[in-house]
Amino acid sequence: MILIVAEHAGGKLAKSTLEMVTAARESGREGPVTVLVLGQGVAEVASAAAAVADQVLVADLPQLAQYSAEVWAAAAAQIAQEGEAHTVLIGGSRSGREYAPRVAVKLDAPYLEDAIRLSVSGSALQAQRYTYLARVTETVEAQAPVTVVTVKPGAFAPAAASGEAGEQYDVELELPTPRVEVTGRSVEKSSRVALTEADVIVSGGRGVGSPENFAAYVEGLADRIGAGVGATRAVVDAGWRPYAEQVGQTGKTVQPKAYVALGVSGAVQHLSGMGKSKFIVAINKDAEAPIFKVADYGIVGDVNQIVPALIEAARK
Amino acid sequence: MKILTLVRQVPDAEARVKISAQQVDLEGTTLVIDGMDEYGVEEALRLRESGAPVEEIVALAVGPKRVEDALRTALAMGVDRAIHVETDEKLDPIALSRVVAQIAGQEGAGLVLVGGQEADWDSQALGAATAERLGWPQLTWTNELKVEEGSLTGRHDVDDGNESFRAALPAVVTTQQGLNEPRYPTLPNIMKAKKKELRKETLDTYGVQPTVRVVNAEIQTRARLNRMIDGKDPQAAAAELLDLLRNEAKVLA
Repeated sequence: MILIVAEHAGGKLAKSTLEMVTAARESGREGPVTVLVLGQGVAEVASAAAAVADQVLVADLPQLAQYSAEVWAAAAAQIAQEGEAHTVLIGGSRSGREYAPRVAVKLDAPYLEDAIRLSVSGSALQAQRYTYLARVTETVEAQAPVTVVTVKPGAFAPAAASGEAGEQYDVELELPTPRVEVTGRSVEKSSRVALTEADVIVSGGRGVGSPENFAAYVEGLADRIGAGVGATRAVVDAGWRPYAEQVGQTGKTVQPKAYVALGVSGAVQHLSGMGKSKFIVAINKDAEAPIFKVADYGIVGDVNQIVPALIEAARK
Repeated sequence: MKILTLVRQVPDAEARVKISAQQVDLEGTTLVIDGMDEYGVEEALRLRESGAPVEEIVALAVGPKRVEDALRTALAMGVDRAIHVETDEKLDPIALSRVVAQIAGQEGAGLVLVGGQEADWDSQALGAATAERLGWPQLTWTNELKVEEGSLTGRHDVDDGNESFRAALPAVVTTQQGLNEPRYPTLPNIMKAKKKELRKETLDTYGVQPTVRVVNAEIQTRARLNRMIDGKDPQAAAAELLDLLRNEAKVLA
């Protein structure tokens, strides 16, 4: 079977889980597509998963109320072994890429990380993935009884509900006690859509001028068109914006339908995080800025003048 | 406590990457110590300087002869000695974690520092895989770290924000931007580094095979429209851009 470990938050199944179902079905690997739901109070998540999967395994336990790399790895490896999974798919989120390698080591399995495409070649599983700061697309393959894969968010279309809901089963797990104690949590609350889920992202660089301008133009435009807000490393280093908004090699990788870069020069580190966006819009007063080389639509002009006009025009 | 800090060598971020025979070809490319690993080297030094009980800091590199340069940089920054497992074999992170875990065990390391996401693999797997092999906890995406009596405290990023943590040592920590600002090696330290131990090992000792094979590599650049809009009249430019986004790109309603 193909085992997918569901990603969910706030009692809702994440889009990334639906994307993994598509990845599983397109992979060419055989067997039922099985979704494993780990958490507490996850009945709603499990039924949403059942609408797209052949079967759903549910571990609704108090020990699973809080994510922990060691606990998640133990749970996924146990179910993979018991269910004789040949392919284990895990989300390419920060947490997914944190515990997936532990699952691979537990199963003595090869690990294909952050896959954007999956296919079968003979008895090997092949994955495409970006490397070298997303400048290169590599095809890697692994030949083994079981392979662990993380799936890059946004790379596959989310699966739509099929006619018949998959069966749900409760599963038993033997879980370790997590050794990392969480002593405080700061959730970066935002009324805006999460960067990795956003269809449109408005992002700002140092060329925006100041933190005040960032709020007025980048956030202003994002709110106007219902987009997520991103920032460059320079902006984050300068303390204008929180690290959570950083897009790039050391921040988040995003792949929205449209990425609107305001006052962004286009350093390689930044391009590696947003270069795969479907459409890239660049507004910058420096006509020589490298961002224009990767832009679909570019305006050489002052963000202070163009963006207010854009916000105004979007109102109509 | 002994700290083992992993050092890798990657192309400079601005260097052009070229492909030959369907593989990335680093011949003639400017190579540097991976920035993420540099945070690890720096953090080990800072932990000692801040008074944490650090007996020794050892840098480890696995790779071809040229990675000696990266180890020399780490020695010049201040690590005490280096181990170079010399091989031309390309090991994926899961395979490499086997080497790192064995050396951490032999050395009796109490803390292993690894870069959070390396600039050649674009992988985050090495730290976690090493932790699992050692049976240790891991802290990834760490941007604040303190070592006290047998335990670690600090802060790291998670999916939806950040967390403060406490964990018992030994542990594996992966680094990221914000943890520190790595120092530059000074000339006297570069001279001193030449006298420090750089031990050579061979990969055979560790019985490790790659688990993943690279079958193809290509530089794929999406063809961009590169359509420039005149920005002299902001209102007209804004209207034209919105029209293109709505009706040509169809990304806005």
